[in-house]
Amino acid sequence: MQNKSLASSEAVISARNLGLVFPTADGSVEALKDVSLDINKGDFVSFIGPSGCGKTTFLRVMADLETPTSGEITVNGVSPEEARRARAYGYVFQAAGLYPWRTIGGNIRLPLEIMGYSRAEQAERVSRVLDLVELSGFEKKFPWQLSGGMQQRASIARALAFDADILLMDEPFGALDEIVRDHLNEQLLELWKRTEKTIAFVTHSIPEAVYLSTKIVVMSPRPGRITDVIESPLPRDRPLDIRDTPEFLEVAHRVREGLRAGHAYD
Amino acid sequence: MKSVLPVLTIVGAIFAIWYGAAVWLNAPWAHDVAARADRVLSLPELVADTWAQDKPKLPAPHQVAVELWDTVVGKSITSKRSLVYHAWITLSASLLGFVMGTVLGFALALGIVYNRVMDMSVMPWVIASQTIPILAIAPMIIVVLNAVGLSGLLPKAMISMYLSFFPIVVGMVKGLRSPDGMQLDQMRTWNGSRMQEFFKLRLPSSMPYLFTSMKIAMAASLVGAIVGELPTGAVAGLGARLLAGSYYGQTIQIWSALIMAAALAAAAVALIGLMQRVVLKRMGLS
Repeated sequence: MQNKSLASSEAVISARNLGLVFPTADGSVEALKDVSLDINKGDFVSFIGPSGCGKTTFLRVMADLETPTSGEITVNGVSPEEARRARAYGYVFQAAGLYPWRTIGGNIRLPLEIMGYSRAEQAERVSRVLDLVELSGFEKKFPWQLSGGMQQRASIARALAFDADILLMDEPFGALDEIVRDHLNEQLLELWKRTEKTIAFVTHSIPEAVYLSTKIVVMSPRPGRITDVIESPLPRDRPLDIRDTPEFLEVAHRVREGLRAGHAYD
Repeated sequence: MKSVLPVLTIVGAIFAIWYGAAVWLNAPWAHDVAARADRVLSLPELVADTWAQDKPKLPAPHQVAVELWDTVVGKSITSKRSLVYHAWITLSASLLGFVMGTVLGFALALGIVYNRVMDMSVMPWVIASQTIPILAIAPMIIVVLNAVGLSGLLPKAMISMYLSFFPIVVGMVKGLRSPDGMQLDQMRTWNGSRMQEFFKLRLPSSMPYLFTSMKIAMAASLVGAIVGELPTGAVAGLGARLLAGSYYGQTIQIWSALIMAAALAAAAVALIGLMQRVVLKRMGLS
């Protein structure tokens, strides 16, 4: 990418010529190749592309769950490992991953216990984030008593409970139906505005990516790479029906074009 | 309530087969005795005789029941003729062995899960240990421990432990490894320590496996204690009752000891089952 020179002091996550090669039984797989990107403070960045394009791998590199084999990446100005040790980000996985033996409140308290918050502070934070994801009153319920969408909201609350400015989300709504997904998208935007977090969001869905993001990163597979970075012209205030405006459709069209171009190879 | 009828049917069938088999197996002796007295037995006489012999090949259920009643309720529990006395001796050894086996099994599982060298090396030995017939190794354990001055409860408990640690190792390795990659990654994103990962994730995840393993271990442990009593010369315990019974042809005594052993195992396993229900219910896992 040409934005090598643009490395602003505002960049929360900054990747330069990142590469990651997985050795497998039949040769090595280039999961990421020459990936350069800056994510600025307060951005909502979506990563979209077909399976195998490296979008999840890139997110996992930011989270220090994978180690790149070449290039550089900084998170909050330090290496991903240091950022992870400093608990700089909250990570939301595709599945809610709530512990079945803990209540919703207990699950949200889990990272707080691990990070050594005082009991009073734990309780205060749990009720605050439950309120944030509109799950107040469900603190004492067990995960199986909640719907899939509510469980995913609880897992977002868990990632918000400690003071990380970065939220990394790996297809958090991928397993939910369209109606629930719309609702959660709206809530997520609301939450992003209120908390001013920097969000990196992996998705398969074009409307989801366009609706949520200030910046859309289109990726393509074999090798996993960035083919287009689209700065969204849409305002930060986005009612659901913005999805019927010409501006929205234009951005969606560009994303679709980008995805198609990435496929021209095979 | 619905399940009562099928259960009663099965129990009824078992008793019918048992009584029938008693007639069939004990008839030759009844005929021999009658022949020596120059008598021929009618069918009702034959049946009555086969169900009431002193040393039958197969005692009838009511004979075993009477023996159980006499030796459980009819004797002071400190008496050497009391089955409760013998049952307690066996049970105490198997409970101690079970606790030791559970601790050993748990420790080995921890080693296997957390230490790569142990992961690569221990499991084959654990499996090999169970392929050696316990009957072959039990006398050696007794003799060796006796030579260093240990006798009584501990050697038998060691044999129980030898049998009961195995299901605990296998179950707990599986249980401690049951959290999936996502759950472990999640722990990593919070920068949780190994201790936190263990106590907050791996240990609670392994609970269902632990109880299942403990049930198997408890039953194995009782077998171990009984086997451990055989080579000691049948001093006390259910194993001793079995051995003495077979020395003197006291089949009724053997059967009552067997039923006592089965009842003990069932009670112990049921107790673990109850603990399992309570714990898993409180954890919200069942």
